[in-house]
Amino acid sequence: MSAVDQVTAALDRIKRLDPQLKCILRTQDAAAPIKSGDGLLQGVPIAIKDNICTHDGITTCGSKMLANYRSPYDAHVVERLRAAGAVIVAKTNCDEFAMGSSTEHSAFFPTRNPWNPECVPGGTSGGSAAAVAARLVPYALGSDTGGSVRQPAALCGVCGLKPTYGRVSRYGLVAHASSLDQIGPIATDVRGIARMLQVIAGHDPRDSTSAHEPVPDYLAALDQSTGKLCIGVPREYFGDGLDPEIRRAVEAAIETYKSLGATIREVSLPHSKYTIACYYIISTAEASSNLARFDGVRYGHRTANPRDYIDVYSSSRAEGFGPEVKRRIMLGTYALSSGYYDAYYSKALKVRTLIKRDFNEAFSQCDILLSPTSPTPAFKIGEKSDDPLAMYLADIYTTSISLAGIPAISIPCGLTASRLPIGLQLMATHFGEVRLLQAAHQYQSATAFHTATPPVCAE
Amino acid sequence: MQIKPIIGLEIHVQLATRTKMFCACPLEFAAEPNSRTCPVCLGMPGTLPVMNRTALEYSIKAGIALGGRIARFSKWDRKSYYYPDMPKNYQISQYDLPICSEGSFEIPKPDGSTRPVGIIRAHLEEDAGKNLHEGLDHTRVDLNRAGTPLLEIVTKPDIQDADEAYSFCVELQRLVQWLGISEANMQKGQMRFEPNVNVAITDGGVEYRTPISEVKNLNSFRSVRLAIAYEINRQVEAWKADHDYTLAKKGKMNFGWNDAKEATEFQRGKEESHDYRYFPDPDLVPVTVDDATLARLGAEVGELPLARQRRFIDTYGMTAKDCEVILADRATSELYDDAIAQVADAKLLTKQFVGIWNHLASARQSTIAGLGVPQVSVVELAKIVADGTISASAAMQVAEKLCEKGGSALEIAQSAGLIQERDESAMQAWIDQAFTENPQAVADALSDNPKKSKAAPGFLRGQVMKISQGKADPKLTGELIEKKILSLKC
Repeated sequence: MSAVDQVTAALDRIKRLDPQLKCILRTQDAAAPIKSGDGLLQGVPIAIKDNICTHDGITTCGSKMLANYRSPYDAHVVERLRAAGAVIVAKTNCDEFAMGSSTEHSAFFPTRNPWNPECVPGGTSGGSAAAVAARLVPYALGSDTGGSVRQPAALCGVCGLKPTYGRVSRYGLVAHASSLDQIGPIATDVRGIARMLQVIAGHDPRDSTSAHEPVPDYLAALDQSTGKLCIGVPREYFGDGLDPEIRRAVEAAIETYKSLGATIREVSLPHSKYTIACYYIISTAEASSNLARFDGVRYGHRTANPRDYIDVYSSSRAEGFGPEVKRRIMLGTYALSSGYYDAYYSKALKVRTLIKRDFNEAFSQCDILLSPTSPTPAFKIGEKSDDPLAMYLADIYTTSISLAGIPAISIPCGLTASRLPIGLQLMATHFGEVRLLQAAHQYQSATAFHTATPPVCAE
Repeated sequence: MQIKPIIGLEIHVQLATRTKMFCACPLEFAAEPNSRTCPVCLGMPGTLPVMNRTALEYSIKAGIALGGRIARFSKWDRKSYYYPDMPKNYQISQYDLPICSEGSFEIPKPDGSTRPVGIIRAHLEEDAGKNLHEGLDHTRVDLNRAGTPLLEIVTKPDIQDADEAYSFCVELQRLVQWLGISEANMQKGQMRFEPNVNVAITDGGVEYRTPISEVKNLNSFRSVRLAIAYEINRQVEAWKADHDYTLAKKGKMNFGWNDAKEATEFQRGKEESHDYRYFPDPDLVPVTVDDATLARLGAEVGELPLARQRRFIDTYGMTAKDCEVILADRATSELYDDAIAQVADAKLLTKQFVGIWNHLASARQSTIAGLGVPQVSVVELAKIVADGTISASAAMQVAEKLCEKGGSALEIAQSAGLIQERDESAMQAWIDQAFTENPQAVADALSDNPKKSKAAPGFLRGQVMKISQGKADPKLTGELIEKKILSLKC
C-alpha cells in the first residue's frame, strides 16, 4: 500500500469502527501532504496517546482542564516519528492525566474493549491499545507510569513495551509521575514494537533523565539467535488474586519456552507485597507537584467568575479535574506534608531501593523474568468504578517494574473461555531491550496468539 | 537593661549567565513583557528543565569565595507554593544539600580591621516572574524573569548592628561583581536582601528574646540599614510595652518595608507560614562536582578583594582612597598588580592610576581597565615619567592619546614635543632669556631679604618652563638656576 493509501485506510477504519469503540479523541483530518522518503516508518499511520504533545491540534490528557489546550511544540517522540516519515492520524483516549487502569477516568468518554464492548480496554493507554487491537492503526504510542502501556496491551490482546527509564525522552509527555513515566510503543507483534522503539529511543538533551546509552539495532537483533535463555519466574507473581485462567495461560507459556530450550528457574522478589503502597505514595507525591501548574492562570480551564486570585486556583482546579485526579493530588500532597514526609515519601523511597535490589538479585540468576501482566482479564465497564483500591490492584504485577526502572513487555499468550485476551509479561535488566525483544519474538515465532483478532475486525 | 541585636541576612543574587537556569531563554532586563520566555520557563505541560552548568559554576565560585564547603554531591528540590508569578507553582531550589555550606566572609570595619561573618549556606534556585498591578484593576504577569538563576546566601545571626549589615551587603556586592558572577545592580533588582532581626534584652539578670522579624525583599543598602535599625527600635519598644512580646510566645513574623514611610509593615505570623512540601525534583539528575572542576574554579576565584586591598596597603603604601580607585574592580586591580612588577616606583604608579587613569575612566564612564590601554603602555608611561623623559604634567596628554589611539607612550610624547630638554646648552639659553626678561626677580634672588631670595628661583624656574613650553627638565632647570644665581652673587 502506498503511504497515502495506508493513511486513508486508517482514517476510513477509524470512521467506520471507532463510533462503537471510542478509542480516538480526534483524528488529524487535515494532515499535511504525505511526503515521500525512506524513513523507517514512511507513510505509516500512527495514533498517539493524548497526553503526548503535538503542535497541531489539541492535547487534552483526557481532562476537561485541557479540553482546548494547544501545545506550542511537538514532543520529542512525535518529532522522531515525523522525521521517520510516520503520519500522526489520531490522538487516543486515556484516563485523565494517565491516572487509572481502565480508561474510564477520561473526562470525555470511556473506551470499549474491541474483544468485548462491555469491557474496559485497560488503562491508562486504553485508547491506544484498543486502536491497535481493532487494527485501526498498525502502531500507537502510550505512556506507562505503573503499567499503563502493558496492562491495556494485555487486556486488548496486543504487544506493549515499557522501555527502560531514560531510554525514551519524556520531553513533551505531560508528566504524571516523573521518576516513573516512560513512553512506550504498542503494536500487534514484537517486530512492530522493535520498529517503533528504533525510532523513538535515544538521548534527548531536553530531558536530563534521558540516557546517553547507545541505541542498538533492535530490528536486526530480532533475527539473531538469543542463545540459551534462562527465564526466572517470580513466585510472588503467582499468588492469591491471580485469575486461574490467566495462571494456566502463563504456565503454558512457560512450557512453550521450555520446549524452545529455555531454562526455567523460580526466583523471589521478596518486597513485592510493598509494591502497590510504595508506588502509590511516590507516584501521587510527584503527581501532586506535577499537576500544580494547571491553575487557570496561563492556559487550560479557568473558572468563570473568580472572587480573587486564590479562587482562580481553587475553582479552576475543582472544575477542571476529575475525582481520581483530585484523589491522587490529595494523597500526594498529604504524603509530602511536613510531619508526614518521613513516614511516607521518605520511607517509600527506601522501599523502592529494596525493590530495585530484589530485581538485581533476581537478574543475577536469569536473563529474563516472566509473569502475568494483569491478575485478571478485562473487567466490565463500571465494575471497579466505586472501588479505587480494587482498581489500584490491577497494577499489582506492573508497578514494581516501573519502580525499578527496568524494561518490560506484555505480549498476548491466549484467550479466556469468554474470549478475552491474556497478557504475558517479560522483563529484562536496565537497557536490556534487545534481550527482551528477542525473548518475546522467540515466543511469537512459535505461537500464534498475537495473530488473533477481536470480533470487531470481522465487521 | 542591656540590648543586643541579633541579625542574620538572606541575600538573593541574580547570576549574570547568558541564559536562564533551566532553559535557553536569554536573560535581559526590561525587555517587552513575556518576550523572553519559552515553553520550559512558562511551565507548559510536558516541558522539562535542564540545568545551566555555568550557573552552577558561578555558584561554586561564590561558595569558594565565601570560604564554604562545596558539596561534591548535591541535588535539586521542588519548593511548592501557589503564586501567579510562578509558572509551575513550585520553585526548583536546593533544600537539604546546598551547593555551599559552612562558610565565613570577612567584612571591613570602620577602623580598618575586618570581622568574619558566618555563612550557613548558599544555594542555587530559579527566580520567579513579576506580578504587575500598579495602576491596574487586575494583575498582569511578566515571566521574563522567571527562571533566572538566583544564588541565595544565608548568614549566621552574627551581625551586630545595622551598620555592620550594611557593610556586609556592600562587601558582598563587591565580591560577586569582582568574581564576575553577577552585575549585582540594585536598580535592576539583581541583589535583594531579607534581614532576620531580633533583640536579646537583659533586664534584672533575665534574658528576653523578641520575636524574629524577617523583612522581605529589600532592594537597597540604605533600606537594609534603615529597616534593621527600625526593627531593633520597634521590637525593644514592643517588649517594653508587653514583656510577653518574645520569640517563645510569638514565633517568627514576616514584615514588608515601606520606603516612603521608612517603616516596616506586618505581613504574617507563624500560623500562616507555608508548608513548602520540599521533595527531590525527579526531572533533574543530582549534581556532582569533581576535583578538576573544583581546582579550576578555585584558581579562577583567586585573591579576594579585601585580601588584595590589605596586600596593596601593606606592600605599596596605598591609602584607603587609593584602594577605592585601584580595587574598584578586579581587572583594574590586576592591571595595577601586573604593572607594578615592572615599575619600581609604586607611589608614582598609584598616583597615575588615581590621578590620570581614573580621571580618564570617569570621563568615559568606564573602569580603568575598561579604557583598554594595554599593560605595556601603562608601564611605559610610568617609566618615562620616572626617568624624567617627560614631565608628570605631560603624562596626562600622553595618557589621553593612549586612550584614543593606542600606540607607544614614548612616540606619542615625541610627536607631541613633550620630551623634556636636558641638554645644558639649550637650557642655558632659556635660563639666560628668563634672567634677561625678569630683572626684578633676579634682583630679588640676589637681595638680602630672605623671603624674596627664597621665592625668586621658583619664579624664574616657572619662566623657564614657560619659555621652553614645558620641555625643560624641571629638576635640571632648578639646579642650573641655582648655579647661575650663585655665580652672579660672586
